[in-house]
Amino acid sequence: MIARQTPVLAVVLALIAIWYVAAVLMNVGLVRDALEREETSYTIGDLISGSLAAERPRLPAPHQILATFADDIFSYPLTSGRSLIYHSSVTLSAALVGFLLGAVFGVILATLIVHLRTLQKSLLPWIICSQMVPILAVAPIVIVVLGAIGIRGLLPKSIISAYLCFFPVAIGMVKGLSSPDPIQRDLMRTWSAKPAQVFWKLRWPSAVPFLFASLKVAITVSLIGAIVGELPTGAQAGIGARLLAGSYYGQTVQIWAALLAASLLAAGLVGLVGLTERWVGRRMGAQP
Amino acid sequence: MPLWTVPDESGARAPARSGGLFHVVKPMHKAASAVSETKLPCPSRPLAVDVRDVSLTFETADGKVEALSRVNLPIAEGEFVSFIGPSGCGKTTLLRLIADLEQPTAGMLRVNGVSAGQARLARAYGYIFQAPALYPWRTIEKNVMLPLEVMGFSASERRERAKRYLALVNLSGFERKFPWQLSGGMQQRASIARALSFDPALLLMDEPFGALDEIVRDHLNEQLLRLWDQTGKTVIFVTHSIPEAVFLSTKIVVMSPRPGRIIDVIDCDFPRARTLEIRETSQFVKIAQRVRMGLRSGHSYDE
Repeated sequence: MIARQTPVLAVVLALIAIWYVAAVLMNVGLVRDALEREETSYTIGDLISGSLAAERPRLPAPHQILATFADDIFSYPLTSGRSLIYHSSVTLSAALVGFLLGAVFGVILATLIVHLRTLQKSLLPWIICSQMVPILAVAPIVIVVLGAIGIRGLLPKSIISAYLCFFPVAIGMVKGLSSPDPIQRDLMRTWSAKPAQVFWKLRWPSAVPFLFASLKVAITVSLIGAIVGELPTGAQAGIGARLLAGSYYGQTVQIWAALLAASLLAAGLVGLVGLTERWVGRRMGAQP
Repeated sequence: MPLWTVPDESGARAPARSGGLFHVVKPMHKAASAVSETKLPCPSRPLAVDVRDVSLTFETADGKVEALSRVNLPIAEGEFVSFIGPSGCGKTTLLRLIADLEQPTAGMLRVNGVSAGQARLARAYGYIFQAPALYPWRTIEKNVMLPLEVMGFSASERRERAKRYLALVNLSGFERKFPWQLSGGMQQRASIARALSFDPALLLMDEPFGALDEIVRDHLNEQLLRLWDQTGKTVIFVTHSIPEAVFLSTKIVVMSPRPGRIIDVIDCDFPRARTLEIRETSQFVKIAQRVRMGLRSGHSYDE
């Protein structure tokens, strides 16, 4: 157990050390300028401690981020506009709705593509093209268009999220639904099974491992989609709003704290999908 | 009405005695007796499979490949017919034609008096592939129940049949296991139970024991013979083992490649209930010899 965790721990410690060094190097100029402007004498120790405690550092030190992160979470009521939990929940709900929409849409697309050969040629290039358009450019258009027809709030963000999500699911499921080997398909044919039976009893179960691999990708990009969707709205709420507000006011620590919240959310979501995968795998006789 | 009874513990090795539905009902024979009546295919019996002038040509990138050329073969109900020949002789292709998994480019093919396609739709046969091809996400029991689900049997009937046929292939107690938890031989037995579960009158077996070691293979061959003897099913069996073909069959079809064709049909009239010991008899050796000659004349031993 300890032997297995040692390398991970060593890497984390190394990263933190590098981060501290980088923080000092990046911020020391600002601190020196400020001190020189005040014409006070300073030591190297002053410079270093100043670099790690600057109010608006170029690169905040890890402990500053953690402090702000904890403060943003614990110091405000959950409904407050300053609570990071509130903002995270706004983004999370948009991401989850988008994830569901995207996953369902992706599975439907893949099912159609697998069953109708003409669609494979006609639809697949468009699906791939859809992901070549930068999402940052598409997001404002979606928000504005939907806003013009009166759809505001969570749904436009979810749609942007779904736009990113459906892609890995569609691609993965096209592969998964066509993964049964010829003998398994021949068997169904010898029993003269109906297409729906072939789908539910053979294609779908064969595709489940592919589905989970896709869902892991999809759930992280769903979060990215939701955050990107929050940027053009003028940032009323959500992790995207915190990022935007932070950059308006030069609150680098706040930006980093919001980023930390986003990555923790993503890790948690991927973990949840992974747990579901293990649970489903056990029920489907996966080899441990 | 049950066609089979579940064998008891002591008789676990022996398949259940068949009910009255089949025309072949005989007690178990402990040894092959020379005096036991032989069941030659009787011409008056209806044909299970009738292959007339069937050819199949595949279009490949390198041109046409004649997989089968003008094949004629009548198979009466209740026969055990082996297709033997080197790889590329079209024996599997012929089996797939009978199963309507391929379609002939010329000729006529009837199964149970109707076209192969209609026979497939009527679920006339059970097909056993070279690999067990169990669905890995289903337990053994659920794998056996799969064709029954497809065919719309009731849940209680499915359970009852799965139990019965798993007992028949000596897999009682493994119902809840997943395929990977079973050995190759056990998996293949499960796939046989699956093919039998809906009680087809015709069994198509494509080198079912090819991947198994000889001891397991001998054992399964004996079990298969008993099963055939007691149910009166028609069995078509693809193999490239001469002893296996001679031991099992009432009729051996020797095939040759390029183009795939039948070069000899050998009647093999051992008693229906036979044991492995018949492999020592001179009759057995003589038939094996003739199969070997047939294969040689078809240049099967060439490079």
